Amino acid sequence: MKVSLFVTCLTDTFYPRTGIAVVKVLERLGCAVDFPQAQTCCGQPMFNNGFTDEARDLARRMIEVFEDSEYVVTPSGSCCAMIHDYYPQLFKDDPAMAARAKELVEKTYEFYQFLLTVLKVDLKSLGAKWSGRVTYHYSCHLRGLGMTDEAVRLIRQIEGVEYVPLPKAEQCCGFGGTFAMKYPQISGTLVRDKVACIRDTRAAAVVSNDAGCTMNISGSCRRENHAVTFLSLAEIIAESLGLMEATAV
Amino acid sequence: MSSTPSQSRTSGHDAGKPVGLSVNGHDLLFPPLPYDIHARADKATADKQLLDFVHVATYRKDVTRKQVTSAAFGDRHGAFRDLGAAIKQHTLDHLDHYLEQFVDNATAAGVKVHFAQNAEQANAICLDIARRAGAKLCVKSKSMVTEETQLLPQLEAMGVETVETDLGEFIIQLDHDAPSHIVTPMIHKNRQSVARAFERELGAPYTEDPQELTQIARAHLREKYRRADLGISGGNFLVAETGSVVICTNEGNGRFCTSAPRVHVAFVGIEKLVPTLEHLGVMLKLLARTSTGQPLTVYTHVMTGPRRAHEHGGPDEMHVILLDNGRTEILKPETREMLRCIRCGACLNACPVYRKVGGHSYGAVYSGPIGALITPMFRGLANYPDLPNASSLCGACYEACPVKINIPKYLIQLRAEMVSRRITKWSDRMMYRMWARSLGRGWTYRLGGWAQKLFFRWQARVAGTLESGDPYRARGWLNDLPGAAGGWTSQRDMPTPPARSFRQWWDEQNRP
Ligand code: SF4
Repeated sequence: MKVSLFVTCLTDTFYPRTGIAVVKVLERLGCAVDFPQAQTCCGQPMFNNGFTDEARDLARRMIEVFEDSEYVVTPSGSCCAMIHDYYPQLFKDDPAMAARAKELVEKTYEFYQFLLTVLKVDLKSLGAKWSGRVTYHYSCHLRGLGMTDEAVRLIRQIEGVEYVPLPKAEQCCGFGGTFAMKYPQISGTLVRDKVACIRDTRAAAVVSNDAGCTMNISGSCRRENHAVTFLSLAEIIAESLGLMEATAV
Repeated sequence: MSSTPSQSRTSGHDAGKPVGLSVNGHDLLFPPLPYDIHARADKATADKQLLDFVHVATYRKDVTRKQVTSAAFGDRHGAFRDLGAAIKQHTLDHLDHYLEQFVDNATAAGVKVHFAQNAEQANAICLDIARRAGAKLCVKSKSMVTEETQLLPQLEAMGVETVETDLGEFIIQLDHDAPSHIVTPMIHKNRQSVARAFERELGAPYTEDPQELTQIARAHLREKYRRADLGISGGNFLVAETGSVVICTNEGNGRFCTSAPRVHVAFVGIEKLVPTLEHLGVMLKLLARTSTGQPLTVYTHVMTGPRRAHEHGGPDEMHVILLDNGRTEILKPETREMLRCIRCGACLNACPVYRKVGGHSYGAVYSGPIGALITPMFRGLANYPDLPNASSLCGACYEACPVKINIPKYLIQLRAEMVSRRITKWSDRMMYRMWARSLGRGWTYRLGGWAQKLFFRWQARVAGTLESGDPYRARGWLNDLPGAAGGWTSQRDMPTPPARSFRQWWDEQNRP
């Protein structure tokens, strides 16, 4: 199976290890992974802030870059939701482009949505092992994709993981892109709330699968002096399968 | 909408005077425009007690809503919401037809139906009715529309004592406060301030016991109901096929207000229509469960016309004031969906921002996610530039909404309108355009990423926070960034990129 990785701009720069983990896991599961070099950003920051024309240009670029791909997989719920929820609508006045946008939507998956629905993995049967107490941060944009407990199901398949649910999991961490900078007090109060919930779990590691949320929550943990490790789902899976060096927690 | 000058608030109100003091026209809901959210939001987020109340209460309500709706509807919850959305959407798509039908049927039942284009007209109609009736004392049940039109100060100015009878609104009125939630108006208030208000305004002995406070309020209100000659209510729904006004309450005060006084006036927005009683059934089931987690509100009144000759209870005169006040503007196809709202409050309870800033931070009658949409529509986008922007677009509101209003989508749509109408700051517009341009080409994207990394890591080196180790993982931390990024570091640290990017790794693997 041929899979194209859409790594996203934040993961490329801030969380490269996540991108590496996605490649390794997919390859371990028998996929041929390619990385179209011309990819940049899905246009979400522009779109969310009302810069529709600019977002449309970036969307067009994305559609072209992944035109020949069989599957597109991305380790970001929010970029995936951007494509799913808004790309067709961006081209509503251009039926030809709208059709191409729809094609992209149909073949684009969030990383673990892909693992579960397309590859139908069972980590247990692959011998996944990882030891430590882990909690999971649910990113809001998974809502738009209709995803709920997929990540938790995967985490629970890993032997040795002691999974603790995060209280108030469905409450936003307060990232929201530029929202975090434009409304610092509101965003700050929200993320401190999230940190307090993480503290309550006494987990050694937080699985957080959206680069934006991770920057926000890990930055707040550091400010509030709460030492905890952040891992993406791809990383913990890669580590549990022995594809990457295990993080000591 | 031009606003009525807010009534000056009298301090040290002595117990001898009537207690019917206006809450409408309050500057909490009608602040100077354009409104900037930051001052109130900052104050609210620093108010530990407020945070505790509002956060805990809304969070609980949200949990209850989820439990109750899933217990009641199970797998069919989605289908039920689709149905609710379709009923409201259909009605809005044919609003003229159903309005006509409503007017015909209500008139046939003996109701006097009035149309008001704006708040002034609505209030003028009501004042006229009050004048003709020679009204001296008005009892009022909960209505957001009368908050919107700022009716109460005007009634009082013409000498009609007006008493809020919904317990929450009554307390708000006593304490010269303003409602902060469309369903739970006093969600922000603590017991002490309520006790003090009862002591000060009603001369009651100081008590924080909710039971006792309720008893005091009840005794006070009974007396008012007995003497009232005008009753004012809102309306949760209008039924076109029967010409009925429907109100849902939990305290029974709505029944007194609409049946004890000789004259009943209902203020209702034109979007409240449903075609038939059968549709009403669906909407009532959704409303009660998503709003308060009940199978049905304790009292659901379907009022069709004034008292008939053979009936014992009910008013001699019944008026319905149908209010537009900006609604036909929202009715345009691009925004019509917003009018499906049945004011259940579920989006407020689900919203992380509302939980942290409370209703007054929105500076308007309608707060929370739905308020962030309709307030700028009603009162001007340029007057409320923060409301569509002060959201992380998390989508909890959309998930909660019983009529499936895609609130995040419309928040973004309003942001786009701000950009195209140049309400968005010039500097922001420049910044986003340049950013988009740099993302639009491979080499500028790489250059941008590289420059950002270099700058961040250099700063971290200076600050001495650069970690060593895995070049794809070890990073530095910044706690004091300049400019807009300062908003980030004022609250939390900013991670820097690791030494190497994903692309560098890929290139190194000599992959195609
Ligand atoms: S927008 Fe939806 S959730 Fe919010 S108050 Fe209206 S009906 Fe309820």
